[in-house]
Amino acid sequence: MSTPLTPVITEHWDHPDLFTLEGYRRTGGYTALAKALSMDPDAIIGTVKDSGLRGRGGAGFPTGLKWSFVPQGDGKPHYLVVNADESEPGACKDVPIMIANPHALVEGVIITSFAIRANHAFIYIRGEVPEAIRRVANAVREAEAAGLIGTNILGSGFDLKITVHSGAGAYICGEETALLDSLEGYRGQPRLKPPFPAVAGLYASPTVVNNVETITNIPWIVNNGADWFRQFGTEKSPGFKVFAVSGHVRRPGIYEAPLGITMRELLDYAGGMREGSEVKFWIPGGSSVPMLTAEHLDVPLTYEAMAEIGTMLGTGTPMVFDQTVSVVKAVTRWLEFYKHESCGKCTPCREGTYWITGVLQRFEEGRGTDPDLDLLNELCSQIMGRSFCALGDAAATPFPAAVKLFRDEFLTATTTPVDESFDPARSYVFTADALEGVNA
Amino acid sequence: MTAETAAEMDRIVARYPNSRSAVMPLLHLMQSEQGEITIGAIGAIAERLDLTTAEVSAVSTFYTMYKRRRVGEHHIGVCTNTLCAVLGGDAVYDALSRRLGIGHNETTPDGRFHLERIECQAACTHAPVMTVDWEFMDDQTPASAVGVIDRLDAGEPVASTRGPMIRDFAATEHTLAFPDDGLAGEGTPVDALMLAGLTVARERGMSAPAANSQQGQESQQSVESEESSR
Repeated sequence: MSTPLTPVITEHWDHPDLFTLEGYRRTGGYTALAKALSMDPDAIIGTVKDSGLRGRGGAGFPTGLKWSFVPQGDGKPHYLVVNADESEPGACKDVPIMIANPHALVEGVIITSFAIRANHAFIYIRGEVPEAIRRVANAVREAEAAGLIGTNILGSGFDLKITVHSGAGAYICGEETALLDSLEGYRGQPRLKPPFPAVAGLYASPTVVNNVETITNIPWIVNNGADWFRQFGTEKSPGFKVFAVSGHVRRPGIYEAPLGITMRELLDYAGGMREGSEVKFWIPGGSSVPMLTAEHLDVPLTYEAMAEIGTMLGTGTPMVFDQTVSVVKAVTRWLEFYKHESCGKCTPCREGTYWITGVLQRFEEGRGTDPDLDLLNELCSQIMGRSFCALGDAAATPFPAAVKLFRDEFLTATTTPVDESFDPARSYVFTADALEGVNA
Repeated sequence: MTAETAAEMDRIVARYPNSRSAVMPLLHLMQSEQGEITIGAIGAIAERLDLTTAEVSAVSTFYTMYKRRRVGEHHIGVCTNTLCAVLGGDAVYDALSRRLGIGHNETTPDGRFHLERIECQAACTHAPVMTVDWEFMDDQTPASAVGVIDRLDAGEPVASTRGPMIRDFAATEHTLAFPDDGLAGEGTPVDALMLAGLTVARERGMSAPAANSQQGQESQQSVESEESSR
């Protein structure tokens, strides 16, 4: 028996007008808001706690618990900030949610704001995706015009303003405290925690920062209840997940399934590997979590099962690479990314990513040495746990995981350039015809 | 600065409880007007927000999308992060670099195209990914990407694969300052890859259990029995 796909958030994505208020309402949209506004805000927090929903941005922190940390009756303004800065290499599920079903996100924002007693919410969307930005902004305007945002929403006495904020190209702003600094008009650099945002976040006021997919779950949880939600997934990883499968598979794309589905099952739904191809390595949730191989295809995709085998569910957006791909090249490219995106605040991350990248580039050119492998491990260990935020840890993750699994490949790269061992053209998803026309 | 720009700046500042938060959208607005972040733009923003020019400069130099050299008419991005790169992004970038005669972060002498190797664009399911003025041009090949440039160069209309018709870099920067640009209904942004799982679920008769839990269990069972009988 295999785990069935369970389209919930994605159920109506084939309705061409789902992105409009009218189209969303036709699928039952905003009925959860009406229900929520008749509830005690604490009861909503309780329902989300009972559901066991965990943050879908990567860390998996229990959402209801996060909300309950916001002090109530403190006389300070409260804020909800939606983290829509999806930039993790491999992650591509929040942007599709915002494009296909922006009103579900907006409804979740209104309900969450009501629950945590916030009267101003911000949706911080990375600047490189104008299509997602305009669709969310359009949904906000439609909801305002319909009286779903503004003063005295649906006669409840609850007031809410929503501001859509465009980023400007900085992966670090996906880190919640860097995002808050960015939203306040500063360079996006992380803050020391504690204090946590729930106590002193945006403008030093109590703030909840939640991922797009997390917030998009809320209307369904409010409408259908915690028990319904817990039918999906496992005890520690309840619910469904918008998985995004990419790489050398026949049908890459969005697959919504209960947490606990395996990569082998997702691969099957995605049509399997492309012709003549087998899984060499795959990553369950972004380049910041350790890579796995074909021997891990049957491990349930849950927070706990991924942790048991030494990786993380992360963003739940598996990238699958076949035998044509050089792991040395893959890791080098990821480190070039972390080097580019390190905000420069912490010395180990700023300097470490520079030096790791330089040494890895030697391997890519076939000029690595055996002692370099120890050097790289040492450099990684000097970043891990020694920077303010998780970007440093993330940068120290790909190499140790890769060299543990593919040490021989790194040793080959002490004598042979990577592009000689692995002809780049073999890993392309288009044929030589597509190349020839322009190489002439 | 025109009265219109001053009014637009006021509208942006009004969105935030604290005016300093407006610095990023104001930088996008200035970039839409001038094609880069100029010293003058930094001064104007500093004056409007009662900040020092150093404080505004510090922000503008931190974020990759704010450019200190004129971008030109169209910004062309090619994702060369790992997944896109190995699936063909490197070849797409090389082909565009040859076609345009420029490299990373450079603009053609006629000011029409600016080329940039970009980081992960949150579209890995659609790799290799290219962007034109930050609008999606998914699933490219070297030939198709060069074709996009040829059509833009000839002044022909080009549609984003998930989004509106291509306008220009300045227009996109204006959208980033004023996100509700009236183009949300253009194009067909939900494509087959975004519907991949839904399509398989429909073909195999799979659905999520309904709200009523008893009904839910039944539908779960029906999916299971269908699965086991395959």
